[in-house]
Amino acid sequence: NLNVPKARNRKIQMGEFKVHRIRFFDYMPSAIRAMAFSTRTERLALARADGALEIFNFSDNYFQEKVLPGHDGRAVEALCWVGPRLFSAGLNGEITEYDLENLRPRYTVDAYGGPIWTIGVNSQGTLLAVGCEDGTVKMFEVLKERIQFQRNLDRQRGRIISLSWHPSGTLIAAGMMDMIRIFDAETGRATHRLVVDRGAGASKSKEVVVWSIAFLSDYTIISSDSAGKVQIWDGLNGTLIRTHLITKWDVLALSVSQDESSLVAGTSEGTVVQFQFLSSTVDRLDKDWVRTRTFKNHSHDVRALAHTETAVVSGGMDTQLVVRPLLDKVEKNTRESAIRKVSFPHRSLVCCAKKAGVLLFQFPDHLELWRLGESDGYGKPGGSLPVKRGPEKLIQLKRKGEDHICCSALSPCGGWLAYSTVTSFRLYRLLNGSISICKVSKLPKDLRPAHQLCFSTDSSKLFASSSNSSVVVVALNEPECKYLGTLKAKYGCRQPVHLLSASENGKWLATANTDCEVHVYNLDKLKLHCTVPVYGSCPTAMAIHPTTSNLVVVHADQQIFEYSLVKKEYTEWSRRLQKQGLHSLWLERDTPITHVTFNPKNPAHIIVQDLFMFCIIDKSLPLPEAKNVLYNQMTLRSLPEPDRVLHSHGFKICKDFQHLLCVSLLEDHSLVVVERPLLDIVSQLPAPVRQKKFAT
Amino acid sequence: MAALYAGYTLRGLAPAQNRPNSGIQGVEAERDSDHVVVTDSTRCVTLYKVSDQKPLSCWTVKQGHTLTGAAVYNARTQEYVAVSDRKVIRIWKEDDIILDKAFKATVSSDVWRVHCVAGGDPVVLFHRGAVRLLDSLLSAPQQPIEEVLSPEEAISWSTNIVTESQQFVIFTTEQKGDHFLYLQRLNPNSLQRYHLEREEPGLSPLSFSVSYRDKHIRLLYLYPNGHVYESVVSVRAPVPEEGAQALPLPRSLLLSLPVGEGLLQAASAQELDEAHVAVVGVPHPSAGSGKDFLCIWNTNFQTLQAGKEMAGKIYGQLWSFWNKLFIPHGKTFSVIPYDCPKSSLASALGKQRQSLTNDQVLELIKVRIQFILGSLAKHFIIKMLNKSVFNLLMQTAPVEEVQREVQLLLSRTDTQDLQTSVGQLASTLASRSLNDPAFYTPSSLVQLVHTRYLCHSVCPDLVLLALERKDYFLCQLCLQFFPDIPEVVTCASLIAQEHEAGLNGFSLADEEDRSDNLAEGGATAQRDNEKASAAEQMCPVGLHKAVLLYPASARLLRSNICTMLSNVLFLQYLQFVYLKFSHDACKPTQGLRSPSLTQVMDWMGLLLDAHFTVLVMTPDVKDLLLNLHRFVKSQVRFVSELGKIEGSLQELDKMALKRDVGQYSIEIIELF
Repeated sequence: NLNVPKARNRKIQMGEFKVHRIRFFDYMPSAIRAMAFSTRTERLALARADGALEIFNFSDNYFQEKVLPGHDGRAVEALCWVGPRLFSAGLNGEITEYDLENLRPRYTVDAYGGPIWTIGVNSQGTLLAVGCEDGTVKMFEVLKERIQFQRNLDRQRGRIISLSWHPSGTLIAAGMMDMIRIFDAETGRATHRLVVDRGAGASKSKEVVVWSIAFLSDYTIISSDSAGKVQIWDGLNGTLIRTHLITKWDVLALSVSQDESSLVAGTSEGTVVQFQFLSSTVDRLDKDWVRTRTFKNHSHDVRALAHTETAVVSGGMDTQLVVRPLLDKVEKNTRESAIRKVSFPHRSLVCCAKKAGVLLFQFPDHLELWRLGESDGYGKPGGSLPVKRGPEKLIQLKRKGEDHICCSALSPCGGWLAYSTVTSFRLYRLLNGSISICKVSKLPKDLRPAHQLCFSTDSSKLFASSSNSSVVVVALNEPECKYLGTLKAKYGCRQPVHLLSASENGKWLATANTDCEVHVYNLDKLKLHCTVPVYGSCPTAMAIHPTTSNLVVVHADQQIFEYSLVKKEYTEWSRRLQKQGLHSLWLERDTPITHVTFNPKNPAHIIVQDLFMFCIIDKSLPLPEAKNVLYNQMTLRSLPEPDRVLHSHGFKICKDFQHLLCVSLLEDHSLVVVERPLLDIVSQLPAPVRQKKFAT
Repeated sequence: MAALYAGYTLRGLAPAQNRPNSGIQGVEAERDSDHVVVTDSTRCVTLYKVSDQKPLSCWTVKQGHTLTGAAVYNARTQEYVAVSDRKVIRIWKEDDIILDKAFKATVSSDVWRVHCVAGGDPVVLFHRGAVRLLDSLLSAPQQPIEEVLSPEEAISWSTNIVTESQQFVIFTTEQKGDHFLYLQRLNPNSLQRYHLEREEPGLSPLSFSVSYRDKHIRLLYLYPNGHVYESVVSVRAPVPEEGAQALPLPRSLLLSLPVGEGLLQAASAQELDEAHVAVVGVPHPSAGSGKDFLCIWNTNFQTLQAGKEMAGKIYGQLWSFWNKLFIPHGKTFSVIPYDCPKSSLASALGKQRQSLTNDQVLELIKVRIQFILGSLAKHFIIKMLNKSVFNLLMQTAPVEEVQREVQLLLSRTDTQDLQTSVGQLASTLASRSLNDPAFYTPSSLVQLVHTRYLCHSVCPDLVLLALERKDYFLCQLCLQFFPDIPEVVTCASLIAQEHEAGLNGFSLADEEDRSDNLAEGGATAQRDNEKASAAEQMCPVGLHKAVLLYPASARLLRSNICTMLSNVLFLQYLQFVYLKFSHDACKPTQGLRSPSLTQVMDWMGLLLDAHFTVLVMTPDVKDLLLNLHRFVKSQVRFVSELGKIEGSLQELDKMALKRDVGQYSIEIIELF
């Protein structure tokens, strides 16, 4: 048969890959419930329906730098920054402060008022007010290490749904059913009662819920309610100034800009409506709230909103976080003026055992272990191969306890599995080709709940990052696991480690934390080897090259650095890359690189991946210059072979696969690509509110 | 919202009957916001206190002399400067009573205008483009003045503005249809020439207005087609070398004003602030086509903010000083206060980037001077044309002269009067032709029909005339363009034709054979673009009826008056067109004057539906029907085969798309 050698010849070609294209990872993000933006730190805190919290750094390319896993009983209804401290309150009736360095709740206080709907802090940051189901507004004093109940304001009939402090700290406006109450914060007396109209027609009999409220420094109160209204009130006299009917459904969220010149309201239709405080003419002083823009970036309820200085941040039932810049505040046609949507976490939920061909999928409440399928024969590029053996789900492991899984890892040989929640750590031994599982019960007591887990390449060691940027090293042996030591960074590192990477030869371990520090440890000596010069943007992915021991780090601002661990300096290639600069289109991408890996067959190849593409960076080829086409694969395909050299550059970008959650290179040189099409997520969402469309 | 307040009359105008201009040469600001100097077009300069609506002083040059440049007020010296008899510069103070006793100086070249604005020195602009400061000119009045402009170039408008650091004289010129903008800097002197982009051929700007804002000079100009453009020139633009070429002046369309019927004739646009433009002589969009309106438009949102009807004729002159618009109209010279509050919505929505406070501090330096371009004579010619004389001409003149006159009339641009005159003219010509068998002007009539101002009720004789003279082309045009031809007339015209055809021994059978030949592919050579010419050769109905049948058929189908004969004829015609279409499927012959394939099919279906029993009973038609049937059957078979092919091709398409939808696949990719 003459065909076989021909096919074999073709397989030898450099750029050809067999790809396992996987779409059975049913990852389903949870709906966004609440948001709080801190102008001081430029951080956005976001709470999801499953109780998970996410911290986004808006000054560093909207990078999701921290994730606090959820908890079964915790339903966060409201979030609040007090300086750098983060508080949440929820329908379980508890107020929680979070430890953002150890990514877990610090303590929880029961308010004893039934479910809590809302939380707010005064501008001095000394008093926390929560609105409860039983009709009380409870005040808590913010102390250094905890909060302490101070007193109740006058108890009202009906629940307190929303509240807002006057910037002076003397008054509190509270949204309730059918009305708004204004309290004197010092005496605790209710001073005004503002009656909110119910909707017209059939909904006249239904109570109207004041979903959100804002108290401005000029004593204006803005309220949004379930009858679709945004109302503007005079808070001193308790009179209604203006009503804007903006939807037939609920207006669920409000957010006012820092300078109180603009506010946004989010509706159940998925629209965000902007109002601006304008005078009708420039030279007059009498200003009015005027409805100016409408944004439609969501298909479902907009539950949470934040008005930053330059943008409107919104999120809701459709699970996406949308950052929509206001075009009068940013320079047009720049990176800042582009709309951003965050649909997937900025870290990997998939772990691939390269030697065993087994995948681990991490869900909040369980883990799934899958073996890849097989095919035989060869195919032409662009075609697909017949699947001889389909993929197989080996194990579904339910977590124990109420805390959601925060990290997990699978050893390269497929023999060990570990996961951690904020309260417990578990290690399992997988036997008989990963189909039988048994828990390793005797664990060293130093192995505490971890932020990140990683196995060594030979599956003999487990690395677990713990508090204060330290890493616990454990030797994996059959009967018992032995604690080898703790790798400690220099004194003063407090931020959690979010990236761990061990070198193939077992000599190095690199860690990165959210303070942008990258440390490299010598595993033979269990000592710090070196610290990579701190770069101003957070590392999003890194890996150590198997042969050259160069550490490749990619940052949230899309910069790529290569650092020689032997020479303790940036490599020649890295310098060249910095000198020439990355292509502008590369820098304009709006999703971070989440995975770096190498091609064992070609040491010059670095494989990086973000949500919309994966790229093989060939260090032996010239870097793309500004005048080159960055996405040139289609052009190269159409050119005859000799001409390709002229047009090719070092960044070979493949956009054939979209919404990539993982790209990994197996030992047999085949790629594993895990996709989660956005359409599959959208199809699992509940139906949006009905809207009258023409001819329906 | 900008607003126009109730105006008041500053003074009456005494324009001569039908004189195109208002008699006012210029209005200039005086010492404060309540005083203006008005120069009329002959001999008189008057100082007004605006709020009192009364003149304070009046100066007149002697009989025999005329003022050729509007008087300006020099606030530094509190003197007035004017130009008389093109060469004499006169300077006087308010307490000088007799102008001829005041200072005079004669210069060596014709002066176009003297300009002076607050904060600047008086400047003299000469007819040939040279510019001098008044002081330096008076120090040596007879100094030689250079020629800047080429001989054919003439100044059309000029102004003078003062920026923080420099004074500018700005003027526009026309040269053989091209328009240029000159920017003359003073101290140090330099001249920059810009070429205005051409609008539609033959259109010249009607008015200019200049403002200075944010280190940029903004020129706003209005064209007769209602387009208002803005061009921006930086005051810091590099000083050009001597003899440099005219730079192209980029422009942006600010507004596209409604012009109603025809072009604007006497209109003017004035920039009021960065967002508002006052326009006079342009129709109000919601008040018909009358052009006697003063409107304020917002350029950010393209909205009309205020409008006011101005009684009487609009001269296309408009000045504005200190929130007051000065406008001569009819027999009055009115002052209309206005208010343009700056809307903050535009800046909130990002439509306006620059900060507004800066603008408030900056005093807007604006000079608004108008001019009327071109003569308005054409407009008056028609009015003055004695209609009875014209009619007489039409009734008596020989054919050639009539044709020439009609051509001339139609070539005029102002279509307002055309509508009535075309109707009159057509009926005059039609009745004359009906009465006088020797007189017929087909080309003129076709031209008149083509204007689309005609209809059957205006000129009922026209169709009859066309039928009588067997002018089928004209007949078809009438059937096509006249919306109101009664069915009786349509049918009568067709039946009359059939009779004639019968009398002429028109053989159906022969023609049918010929069309069969065509169907069998015998005659392939005849494939002219013009369906009519093809029809001439082979159409079973003959050209004259084919031509008539098309526009008439839609009407006919709805009526039952059609005779048997017309049905058969029509069916034959349709079959012919159908065959023609199936042969030239790829050739799009859908003009206005030939039916489309679907139309033909529809008509055929309608006709057969309505008259099938009658048609079947007629022995003559049997062959025709059989023929048609055979042809349609083959077509159906052919189309169904095509459908099958289409189906399989679509399947191929789908297969290519459907490649991966599964949860898992193993693919090969190649990276280059």
